[in-house]
Amino acid sequence: MAQKQYGAATVDVDDEGFLADFTQWTREVAAAIARDEGVAELTPAHWKVIEFMQKEFKENGQAPSIRKLNKSGVISTKELYDLFPGGPAKKAAKISGLKKPEGCV
Amino acid sequence: MKRLLILGAGTGGTVMANLLRKRLAPGDWAITVVDRDNEHYYQPGFLFIPFGFFKKEDIVKPRSRFLPRTVEFIVAEVDRIDPASNEVLFRDGRILTYDILIVATGADIVPSETPGMVDGWRDTIFDFYTPDGATALAEKLKAFPGGRLVIHVNETPIKCPVAPLEFAFFCDWCLRRHHRRDKIELVYVTPLSAAFTKPVASKALGALLAEKRVGMIADFNAERIDATAHKIVGYDGREVPYDLLVTVPTNMGSEMIERSGMGDEFRFLPTDPYTLRSKKHENIFAIGDATDVPTSKAGSVAHFQAEILARNIVRAIAGKPLEPAFDGHANCFVESGRGRAILIDFNYDVEPLPGRFPFPVIGPMPLLKPSRINHWGKLAFRWIYWHMLLPGRPIPFVPARMKMAGKRRPASEAAGGSAGKTP
Repeated sequence: MAQKQYGAATVDVDDEGFLADFTQWTREVAAAIARDEGVAELTPAHWKVIEFMQKEFKENGQAPSIRKLNKSGVISTKELYDLFPGGPAKKAAKISGLKKPEGCV
Repeated sequence: MKRLLILGAGTGGTVMANLLRKRLAPGDWAITVVDRDNEHYYQPGFLFIPFGFFKKEDIVKPRSRFLPRTVEFIVAEVDRIDPASNEVLFRDGRILTYDILIVATGADIVPSETPGMVDGWRDTIFDFYTPDGATALAEKLKAFPGGRLVIHVNETPIKCPVAPLEFAFFCDWCLRRHHRRDKIELVYVTPLSAAFTKPVASKALGALLAEKRVGMIADFNAERIDATAHKIVGYDGREVPYDLLVTVPTNMGSEMIERSGMGDEFRFLPTDPYTLRSKKHENIFAIGDATDVPTSKAGSVAHFQAEILARNIVRAIAGKPLEPAFDGHANCFVESGRGRAILIDFNYDVEPLPGRFPFPVIGPMPLLKPSRINHWGKLAFRWIYWHMLLPGRPIPFVPARMKMAGKRRPASEAAGGSAGKTP
């Protein structure tokens, strides 16, 4: 298992940098991952998404789809792309400390 | 007399009616099946229509013909399920009560989910997931003078996730046979990061796309379609121009599920992935594309689920605990063009791998590799579907649960670690 240094914390990560152990996640680690992913600062809007993703993961064992984020009224898909440019589903999951969202086959 | 009610007489609903009629005494249990029409389409045949191999009349039969005589078949539109009172309410005001309900209402394309898509519908934007769409596309392709043909997957999950790849392979093959390949640029646009969800199959299928000179635009999520300017606009600002767009629109479950307040964000029914019982209601079960279980939406999956679900319903009636027996097994023939097809066989835990099927070494079908025998297998499957699969007869050597025998994991992937874990 690879390890990565985020500020003062050392965390276990998979090949693509997703946290292997959610208990190692802290807000500081999230902010550091975000900087790596090109999100300079986590604003309250980012945190709203992160908290929803973590709650969903706890309840369902998987990260929510973009459609679910949109439908639940947390954030519109357009805003989500603005907050997490590139691949928001993957980026937001990574920053939230969740495992990589796997599309079903 | 108790009633088992099945909503939907497609693959899953029809097989369940046949399997359960054999197991539930007609004196104790009435079985009623409801669908909104009496036309059962062999859905894997849709792919062949745009290329002139089939017409829609070749792949449709009455639903009623595949149901046992002692099963009541009603053609009517369901308004909603009321799980609190164990009732199904029909649009025409009728009400049916049930003791056990099986939801087998499938999934459909919903073009209106993407702004602008309906503007160019069947003008420059086509689907091949409906009999009418595939037929209209056949006409369009015949008259298409050349240019940029974009094959587009809007959002996952979709029914038969390999179908758009097959469409690309068929396009290349047919255009080459008609000496028109140089006039047409083929581009594949997907929200996934690669050709397929799982690494080993992605590599094999991605290599085939490249070999057939199909351009690949990955990680693309469409925000809207500008049907006037002929382009797909992505949320990240990228634009994909097209002359002809063949799209797989967002797939969703039945609107009836939404009206019943029972669906997830895609109108799929939250279902236990191993027992196939509704996560909320003890006497409601689901099968096939209508569920939210994390495997392919495909007829083979419904077929494998059916055997397990039939056993579980008999156990539920007897008051016994359900068996968590479904493993996500799927088995798909992927047409790769030039009279060849690829076979993939996988489940929740094991991604599609190379090897031999159904027997190790002797096969005769190779896995994850184009071959003629797999293509014949796909063609023969239409007969098997009507005569063996729908009546609920076992298909020789292909059990409901996936077998590992005959499969091998490529060395580079075995070391990879994360490949093939349950989502």
